[in-house]
Amino acid sequence: MSVNITIEDAVKRFGDTTVISNLSLKIHDKELFTLLGPSGCGKTTLLRMIAGFNSIEGGDFYFNDKRINDIDVSVRNIGMVFQNYAIFPHLTVRQNVEFGLRNRKYANEEITREADKFLKLMQIYEFRDRKPEQLSGGQQQRVALARALVIKPDVLLMDEPLSNLDAKLRLEMRQVIREIQREVGITTVYVTHDQEEAMAISDRIAVMNGGVIQQVGEPKQIYHRPKNEFVATFIGRTNFLPARYKHAEKMLYLGDYQIPANNLILEEDADVILSIRPENLYHSIQETNLKGILRDSYFLGLNSHQIIELKHNQQTVEIIHESSLDESLPLGKEVSLTVNYAKVNVFSEDGGQNLIKEGVES
Amino acid sequence: MKRKTKFDIWSIVGLLILALYGLFLIFPMGNLLKQAVIDKDTGAFTLSYFVRFFSKPYYFNTLVNSFKVTTAVTILTLIVGTPLAYIFARYEIKGKGLLRILIILSSMSAPFVGAYSWILLLGRNGVITNMFKNTLGIVLPDIYGFSGILIVLTLQLYPLIFLYVSGALKNVDNSLLEASENLGTAGIKRFFKVLIPIIAPTLFAGSLLVFMRALADFGTPMLIGEGYRTFPVTIFNEFISEMGGDDGFAAAISVIAILITTIIFLAQQYISNRKTFSMNAMNRIYPKKAEGLKNILIHVFSYLLIGFSILPQVYVSYTSFKNVEGLTFAPGYSLNNYVTAFTKVGSAIQNTIIIPAISLVIVVFLSVLLAYISVRRSGVVAKILDTVSMIPYIIPGSVIGITLLIAFNKPPLILSGTLAIMVIGLVIRRMPYTIRSTAAILQQIPMSIEEAALSLGSSKAKAFYKVTMPMMAPGIISGAILSWITMISELSTAILLYTARTRTLTVEIYTQIIRGNYGVAAALATILTVLTTISLLIFNHFSKDQDISM
Repeated sequence: MSVNITIEDAVKRFGDTTVISNLSLKIHDKELFTLLGPSGCGKTTLLRMIAGFNSIEGGDFYFNDKRINDIDVSVRNIGMVFQNYAIFPHLTVRQNVEFGLRNRKYANEEITREADKFLKLMQIYEFRDRKPEQLSGGQQQRVALARALVIKPDVLLMDEPLSNLDAKLRLEMRQVIREIQREVGITTVYVTHDQEEAMAISDRIAVMNGGVIQQVGEPKQIYHRPKNEFVATFIGRTNFLPARYKHAEKMLYLGDYQIPANNLILEEDADVILSIRPENLYHSIQETNLKGILRDSYFLGLNSHQIIELKHNQQTVEIIHESSLDESLPLGKEVSLTVNYAKVNVFSEDGGQNLIKEGVES
Repeated sequence: MKRKTKFDIWSIVGLLILALYGLFLIFPMGNLLKQAVIDKDTGAFTLSYFVRFFSKPYYFNTLVNSFKVTTAVTILTLIVGTPLAYIFARYEIKGKGLLRILIILSSMSAPFVGAYSWILLLGRNGVITNMFKNTLGIVLPDIYGFSGILIVLTLQLYPLIFLYVSGALKNVDNSLLEASENLGTAGIKRFFKVLIPIIAPTLFAGSLLVFMRALADFGTPMLIGEGYRTFPVTIFNEFISEMGGDDGFAAAISVIAILITTIIFLAQQYISNRKTFSMNAMNRIYPKKAEGLKNILIHVFSYLLIGFSILPQVYVSYTSFKNVEGLTFAPGYSLNNYVTAFTKVGSAIQNTIIIPAISLVIVVFLSVLLAYISVRRSGVVAKILDTVSMIPYIIPGSVIGITLLIAFNKPPLILSGTLAIMVIGLVIRRMPYTIRSTAAILQQIPMSIEEAALSLGSSKAKAFYKVTMPMMAPGIISGAILSWITMISELSTAILLYTARTRTLTVEIYTQIIRGNYGVAAALATILTVLTTISLLIFNHFSKDQDISM
């Protein structure tokens, strides 16, 4: 089954408050598409509109060419995995998995065969006769996934499925979900607020804030070319530094420090905001025009983080570098920094727009 | 989470139930109001019934009396019930499990049986009275009137406070007590400064329930009140009175009763809404062994209190085995009373099983649906149902009986004298409690469980009975057993609605007591106690750790 999802001008209102207005989105066949954003950004609301649990106040939702707005949840043919798994506690693992098949009036032997297949695929076959309360969180998650997939849904919807698991299990289940999704080949919409999880699992991500989609793209696009300040902060860590663009020289000025910039859409001098991720700021052995004073440093195992107060405007920035046993820079020491030009993003002064020309590498 | 309501199967269910309430609650109440303000002979609007009530001290004093005794009962139940619950939560008491069952059992019996038993013990010719008079030459104070009602109702109703407070203490974190001790407040001072304020909302809710029950109780003041006339007795007398009872006047008194309970209910809601906060204990208070004198004192207090409250039933059971000659007890023991009871009372025992059983099925069925609508649905119908279904909570049982009688003793729908009207009365009275406890169960079940069923292809109706219902089942069963117990010991509605064919055990016991057939009455009361005890044991078996909610 191959299904793409099209959303045109979706509107969601709760009472008088409009939560989502005129949102449009296209989700491709067989891709794992993630709705990512802070809590209250409307990602779950949108997912529940696709599922049919939330009413749709405006716009059109399509699975392929079929408009689904008015199709009842029970016949929309979706598989849903809930944040709390929503496993039926009074049924055994097998009964849970078979629940949807029975609603669809399959023959008995077919129900057993299909259920067995997915119980084995999710590696919970040995627990098939247990009650859910006897399962660990990870196992319950597997039951939820098997139950959702066994009905061969057109799309799989997952609402923060990993948020109730502990950190280690989360990594493991993330891998499981990714593998199963590829194996079954099903169009999947995944909701999370965890940007790392989103990047690890997704084919494409829509970053949402305030009911509006800020950017849609592959994880690496979103990380390296965030469309605006919000996306740059929400995905990964970054330093925002005010700078001056001089069009005649095609040069950005951080104080006296120069960064070449020949790929901006600007046609005149302008004040801009640079977004430089901590790993793209380095200590320089030679003296540079970007000087600062080491104010603090902390050690996190793989990396060390340093807080440096820039000399030219007293702003503090964070830099990250690989840690080593013998690093011993005293606090208060003056250092020189350089910037990895290629990785710098340039935003308009209000932070609303990325000024780098698309498709042009610097 | 409430969802925007579309017209679906649940809308239809809601409207149907609303129609039932319209027919069996709203219509009869409207009728009652009409009777109260319309002159029967002329058909004109009149307030003369109300004027009569308030102008004659004979009537008006019953109101004052009711208030005095009810307030006293409420305060006294708080004074004994709260410490008992505290002691049970904080200290080890020998035989706690059994004591707990005895406490509940003593509250589950019909109050008038308690009244009757106390008359046997402390009345003019009571065993204890005579013992004191004959051996010590001391004349005990009179038990009839105010003090009798006070004793009987307090011992009957303090278990409600006990259960409420016990439930609340389960949610009080032990570290709160430790913190207050750490800050220098311990012992009695801590009880009043920390614990009482924390459980204040519960105390308010419990007091309201006690107040309503005490105010509406009919059997106790009827038997032991003598000259001390209370409200429900007056309503009953005016309505039943052989000399062509005055329906209009009885209706007017009923309206006054409803107004008063409504005001009290609203006042309680107002106060407790401003005082609520939710708590969840990470470490519950656990019982410790008390030392020395303290240990003795708490044991004496617990045993005495519980002993006194269970005494009436024990004594009634004891007398049921005594021989009877004419209207007095005679020496020797036998099962004669039981033989007479079984031959004489006809279908009372069957009725006591059948009528509550039918009612129970209806109550459970309707309250599950109503609880679902109230928890999971929004919209006008849901809101109206929420309010309407709670109305009977504040209406005294005898008033409900009267409204039903007035409304259905004439065409188009004649129900008076039928089994149906008894069932309707029980159902209406019990619904508010069952809806509340069922709604509480439903709130524990996340909405996503049902959504999962929908997404797997179930219709809404199917999702409900395949998934939601089975998950609610354990809670519903234990709630149903409690309803069952209250229904088999119900008197104040049944006493108005029964006929020869539909008399129940409580009605029969009451009648036998009035007629002076003490032996038969005692035997029947014992049968009722046995029924209650068995039901309670079944409840314990099903509910394990669950709280009893009234």
